[in-house]
Amino acid sequence: MTHLYIARGNRLAARKLEAETVILRADDSGLFVLNELGSLLWGAADGTTPLATIVERVICPQFDVDTATALQDATRFAESLRDHQILELSDAPMVPLELAPIADEAGL
Amino acid sequence: MSRVLDHVMDRAGALKLPISVQFDLTYRCNERCVHCYLDHDDHGELTTAEVKDVLDQLAAAGTLFLIFSGGELLLRKDFFELLAYARRLQFDVKIKTNALLIREADAARIRELGVRQVQVSIYSHRAEVHDGITKVAGSLDRSIAAIRFLKAQGLRVLIANVLMRQNAGDYPGVQALAAELGAEFTLDPTITPKMDGDTGVLSLRIPTAQLLKVYTDKSLVGDASISPPKGPVDPESLDDTPCSAGHTACYVSPYGDIYPCVQFPLPTGNLRRERFEDIWRHSKPLEEVRAIRVRDLPTCSVCSFHANCTRCPGLAYMEGNMRGPSSADCEKSMVFDDARRILETR
Repeated sequence: MTHLYIARGNRLAARKLEAETVILRADDSGLFVLNELGSLLWGAADGTTPLATIVERVICPQFDVDTATALQDATRFAESLRDHQILELSDAPMVPLELAPIADEAGL
Repeated sequence: MSRVLDHVMDRAGALKLPISVQFDLTYRCNERCVHCYLDHDDHGELTTAEVKDVLDQLAAAGTLFLIFSGGELLLRKDFFELLAYARRLQFDVKIKTNALLIREADAARIRELGVRQVQVSIYSHRAEVHDGITKVAGSLDRSIAAIRFLKAQGLRVLIANVLMRQNAGDYPGVQALAAELGAEFTLDPTITPKMDGDTGVLSLRIPTAQLLKVYTDKSLVGDASISPPKGPVDPESLDDTPCSAGHTACYVSPYGDIYPCVQFPLPTGNLRRERFEDIWRHSKPLEEVRAIRVRDLPTCSVCSFHANCTRCPGLAYMEGNMRGPSSADCEKSMVFDDARRILETR
């Protein structure tokens, strides 16, 4: 079975505001607000952790859903975020973006 | 404003987050513009480490939209280090510059680091006028060359044309230049007092007749409609806040001073003595600014020109009363109304 890996897109700005995450594309000023699921995916999208693992460790504990359904939903959602250049998807681990940790981010 | 941006700003307002910050990294400058409001001597700028610490604090406080400005920020030897650091913290970064120091490699680096917009000040398409304002021979040619480098990288460039007596008739030329360069164009007739309160530069403001010409220029106003004067502010709007300054926006000086806005030099705290969060959440002057509602503006809340007014509380503060009118905006509102009558007869 091949794993799917997700990484944050390049040339994006982002800030977590409580459960939502605001994403802004530098190239065309496209502005997006990710809901709780999107925010969890964004936060975990390090390029090296398989999506299945993210679903098992991060998504399932937050939502009352079985792992198979959650993985199916998360895959579909990740693909739509890829279509908006917010996430990159690959069947192999990716080099993660060099992002600085943000202490005590707003609303957390 | 888009619905998504409305939502973001509403959330920022509800959570009391400083979502937009202008951070001037230096007041030093390699131009000496005749209208500038800054003191260009270095009185002890934040160090590289201090700026990074401020950026950490702003990110933690919820700032997303970050404007790096000056002075001329590329005079800081650590500018690209700071820009890279800001981008690692996932800020949306715009920069304001005169672009004199931007060469091809710098433009490429700015693009690589994911800057969303570069704003460049251009005062005239005529070198003798532009260079006369900046007091630097050859500055127009150098700024234009830099804009070409930036555009060649695919960057979004905004040409900002501040209007004053020296260049009042040149904006169509600057507008044409922007179109030729593939840049956006914005016009600003606002000349502000110096930050130390000196109002000498206000004599450079364009006369009302010239302002009227600008406000009736179809190439600038398009089909925008101007509301006629009406009675006092509607009762349901009396509890609105007059401006985002101090609510969802603030300003950081090169010395770590926090103001509600770059045009609102009300001292609220200094980052060398206090944490940003403590200033933002607990500063008494900021609390005073935040407490002001439209109903608290004794002149402006009953003014019939309020519908088109762009009252700046910072300019009002510099005139002596943050709850009072800003005379420059009063004048603009009245000229707006003259423009409305002219446009309606066309």
